[in-house]
Amino acid sequence: MDKNKRLDLSYSQMKWETIFKRILSVMSAIIVIVVAGVLITLVVESWPSIKSLGIGYLWGKVWDPVNNIYGAYPFLIGTLLTSFTALIISIPFSYAIAIYLGEYNPKGWLSDLLKNTIELIAAVPSIIYGFWALFVLVPVVRSLETKIHVAPYGVGVFTASLVLAVMIIPYAAALGTSLIRMVPSPLKEGAYALGATRFEVIRSVILPYTRSGLFAGILLSLGRALGETMAVTVLIGNTSAIANTFKDIFFGPGNTMASVIANEFAEADHALYLSALIELGLVLFFVTVIINLIGKRIITRYTNN
Amino acid sequence: MENTVVSATNFNAWFGDNHVVKDVTINIEKNQCVAVMGPSGCGKTTFLRCINRMHELIPGATAKGSMKLYSDEIYTMNPIYVRYKIGMVFQRPNPFPNLSIYDNVIAGYKLNGLKVPKADLDNIVQKSLTSAALWNEVKDSLHKKGTFLSGGQQQRLCIARAIAMEPEVILFDEPTSALDPISTSSVEQLFHELKEKYTLIIVTHNMQQAARVSDKTAFFYVGELVEFDDTKQMFTAPSDVRTQNYITGRFS
Repeated sequence: MDKNKRLDLSYSQMKWETIFKRILSVMSAIIVIVVAGVLITLVVESWPSIKSLGIGYLWGKVWDPVNNIYGAYPFLIGTLLTSFTALIISIPFSYAIAIYLGEYNPKGWLSDLLKNTIELIAAVPSIIYGFWALFVLVPVVRSLETKIHVAPYGVGVFTASLVLAVMIIPYAAALGTSLIRMVPSPLKEGAYALGATRFEVIRSVILPYTRSGLFAGILLSLGRALGETMAVTVLIGNTSAIANTFKDIFFGPGNTMASVIANEFAEADHALYLSALIELGLVLFFVTVIINLIGKRIITRYTNN
Repeated sequence: MENTVVSATNFNAWFGDNHVVKDVTINIEKNQCVAVMGPSGCGKTTFLRCINRMHELIPGATAKGSMKLYSDEIYTMNPIYVRYKIGMVFQRPNPFPNLSIYDNVIAGYKLNGLKVPKADLDNIVQKSLTSAALWNEVKDSLHKKGTFLSGGQQQRLCIARAIAMEPEVILFDEPTSALDPISTSSVEQLFHELKEKYTLIIVTHNMQQAARVSDKTAFFYVGELVEFDDTKQMFTAPSDVRTQNYITGRFS
């Protein structure tokens, strides 16, 4: 090929390079703009509520649309309580699955079966969990509640947390599995060569090495729990009043931010009501962001050490 | 041969169907430094990993035949105990990144959950680091992470970690192949001192290294132990033509 032809070709190669880079930049920018747009519309739409209710909205304990009284506190508590309860129940399962699939039994039919089952948990639409739990889990919880002498509603914060716990297992488990598989084998062999058992290798080499990543997995699960709507709406009992004792809050019916929005959106018949609901969405948005930021801080601190 | 520490008799090892160590018989004597050399894929590393039963950790890996530590059959002993008696240093320095230099040295004790008084641990750390010729360089930073050290220092830290367990035998799997020449010579220097107390078995690619550090040399070729003799004898007048071809560079 003569020199000029080769030169022309180089220019057209460069042109494609530039176009490709532009496409990537535009795609990335669109995502940022969409999220910013969502945030802006949330603020704009909830502005009437923010203006007339003020900051007291956050700790107002009464949610009474008929009398135009709106307080987000019961839902804030409901959201955090269901999410963290679910998280605490799910962590042992997520970690056990991650360790089993990542280290103990990474290959073979049993691990394939387990892996597919975990993926299936994430793939099942959440309404199916809600529906199943309503007919199977609720009666079980009701009889448990009778035994421990609390009002046997069956539905409530506790029931919602149980189902939520199952639903969020895959996120921490999947991330944990791939992280545990990435632990360099020279490190593991170093420990084995010193006479460590498998358990000791997991405890002293694998877990410290993957600590920040496993924590990130928990955050992923938590994020899912905070926003989960359908299954929770079906199971939580949908009461906007908040009980007086922790026991009653925990076992009794309640509401999360997401479940209130889902339940009451269609019947919000005046402007302030609708705006107060949208403000709930805004609060949920910030709760999620804040928890993620805290988590990121913790992860960087762990990684730097 | 009451001096024999490690002895293999008709020992074989496989990866799945791949027969990588074939019918090896060898006796290794106490306080000797034995070099194991041979071209890549000759089974020398696999043989080494069979001695402390690290080979079996790889899925599909199997071994057959007799392998003894003194008069005890290694393959009927508890593997944890075997690895406690037979230490190992790897190709790439692998100090535990989450542990300090101090904790890396006593990692064997920590991993196994052995309770040892703090004063004894201090003692073990100082003694092991001194034996690994690292004490003077790190004595003021014992509680810093081991991963801040240079490659050569990290490898000596791994040697100290093996020594701390007071093993009978220390296995080295190409211990200097990831190190620069200066670090290499400091590790080689160490071998001369270590064999006073321990029996050393060193897998190496490097013929000059084998000639420099070892008392005896074993030459492996496609899974077989071709020749095992005094290093001097082997490098001046090998008895097998394959050994001769290898050390004169006719193949590698």
